[in-house]
Amino acid sequence: MSAIAVVPIGSVAEGLLTRLAKSIGETFRSGVSHQALRFDPSVAFDSYRNQYNSTMFLSLLLNGLDETEGRIVGVTDYDLFVPVLTFVFGEAQLNGRVAVVSSFRLRPEYYGLRADRALLEGRIEKEAIHEVGHTFGLLHCVDPTCVMHSSTYAEDIDLKGSSPCRRCLFQLFPADSAATVDFFQ
Amino acid sequence: MNKSDIGILIVDDEFSVRDSLGRWFKEDGFRVATAENANEALKRMQEQSWDIALVDIKMPGVSGLELQRRIKEIDKNVYVIIITAYASVESAVQALKEGAFDYVTKPIDPDDLSHLVQNAIKQRTLAAENLLLRTKIEELSKPSEIIGESPQMKKVMELVKTVAKEDTTVMIRGESGTGKELVARAIHNNSTRRYFPLIPVNCGSIPEGLLESELFGHEKGAFTGAQYRRKGKFEMANGGTIFFDEIGNLDMKLQVDLLRVIETKQFTRLGGEQVINVDFRVICATNKNLEKAVEDGSFREDLYYRLNVFSVFIPPLRERRSDIPLLAQHFLLQYALSMNKKINAISPEALDLLIRYDWPGNVRELQNAIERAMVVGKPPCIRIEDLPFQLNNRPKLPEADSIAEVERQHIINILDRTGWNITRSAEILKIDRVTLYNKIEKYGLRK
Repeated sequence: MSAIAVVPIGSVAEGLLTRLAKSIGETFRSGVSHQALRFDPSVAFDSYRNQYNSTMFLSLLLNGLDETEGRIVGVTDYDLFVPVLTFVFGEAQLNGRVAVVSSFRLRPEYYGLRADRALLEGRIEKEAIHEVGHTFGLLHCVDPTCVMHSSTYAEDIDLKGSSPCRRCLFQLFPADSAATVDFFQ
Repeated sequence: MNKSDIGILIVDDEFSVRDSLGRWFKEDGFRVATAENANEALKRMQEQSWDIALVDIKMPGVSGLELQRRIKEIDKNVYVIIITAYASVESAVQALKEGAFDYVTKPIDPDDLSHLVQNAIKQRTLAAENLLLRTKIEELSKPSEIIGESPQMKKVMELVKTVAKEDTTVMIRGESGTGKELVARAIHNNSTRRYFPLIPVNCGSIPEGLLESELFGHEKGAFTGAQYRRKGKFEMANGGTIFFDEIGNLDMKLQVDLLRVIETKQFTRLGGEQVINVDFRVICATNKNLEKAVEDGSFREDLYYRLNVFSVFIPPLRERRSDIPLLAQHFLLQYALSMNKKINAISPEALDLLIRYDWPGNVRELQNAIERAMVVGKPPCIRIEDLPFQLNNRPKLPEADSIAEVERQHIINILDRTGWNITRSAEILKIDRVTLYNKIEKYGLRK
């Protein structure tokens, strides 16, 4: 698999980026590097909605990539939206090269609950893998434990696992005999 | 249904809306297309079929409301979901009145959108299932169960077809075993009430005291033993047809009650006060001479006229002997299948005997005879010795004293048996055709 770069947009803890790089690398069997942001995020800010346009982030990330580079996933603590929806946890180019994920609505304190760092990092990890999965052509999965299962509530994310199910793994690595054997068992 | 089988068409003049919704649904695995205006949307509609259309209500040119109408003209099964801004909720309500499935306001909560689409898919699947079931019911309820090619039965089938479409009361008359319930079912199955139940009530088999509660139902505690509230046949037949078999056996009190319910379509359960409104069609059957019953006062005249609006008479089997081979073959195939026996024919001698027999129990008796023959018979065909004992007896001798009368009745029997085939009859009688013609003339026989 080609390399994936993790890019912080705004203030993201170094430790979290390292954790994401490790789990994304393991899931997609790819080398993962950290990369600095190459654009000014404020251009995607919508003052009327007080949110950042995630589609604009995707195109800014894509513009910063050259042909030799692989995929890039932006990680942000900004609240993301697409024009027709009230918010998104993240967005990705299906079968593409860029993805973005936000921790803003994944924080328990956003819903009036006590802050929980471990829970938050787990959610961000799952959503980052989910969005990167879309760039590899994975669609939403019906298996509720699969990381590719669609989540519209933060609590939904807690119910699913952090790795793809056998069916999605088979789609990612069709030539992998272990995944194939497992899938057909 | 796989998500990839479900097509979603997104119509919005804003690129960002088309783009983000398109990607949202593609990630879910749906088949997605977008259109930026009504013309493009209608073009997509012509190209392939769509299950759900998300339509922006405010678009330059043709509005979402108008587009919804045109989409429905092309395919009335498309579920249209209107996308609107807060300011245009009134128009969205108008769209709902005109058949839109639902509406969402921009910006849409992702969870709302997800639920809305899931609901539309669920409804679409149910509608498709419903259509499939209706088609199956139509297939199962074809009036093909009425077997008969004789002119008499063709007339019956014609009457069934005519009366089925009307909502009128029908009285079916005929001897026991001629298939009155079958005809009642054929009328029901060809009527607009066919998706509702046909409730048969055998007025002869239910004990007098119980029939009232069977018909009207009862409330809990209405009488000793009424531990639960129970719906009666009238209530169960709501929307459908109620079939009173052996109506001539109905006692006088129930005749009064029945007349009242038929006229008012209202009743109360036994022990209850609540008036229940029902809507059903009445079909009744009898093998009795109701006119005579009216004359001697055992059947109410007003009820007789209320029931005898359209009458269908089913002739006895002995008056349509040409149907016997068809019916016998039908029952043979039916039992061969259910008993898994490789008997697929009736020997010519056995068939001849079946045609000659008078069948006082009509089609029901014939059916029983074939069933018995299938039980005792061996492949490949039903033989004469497999038929019930009474059939194997020699045909009844005519009850006549003079030789001339015996000869006359014998000739009538043979002519009936062969369907008035003179050559065949003459062969059986071992006389020549001219002699047969002379005897027909001598005895004044008519076909």
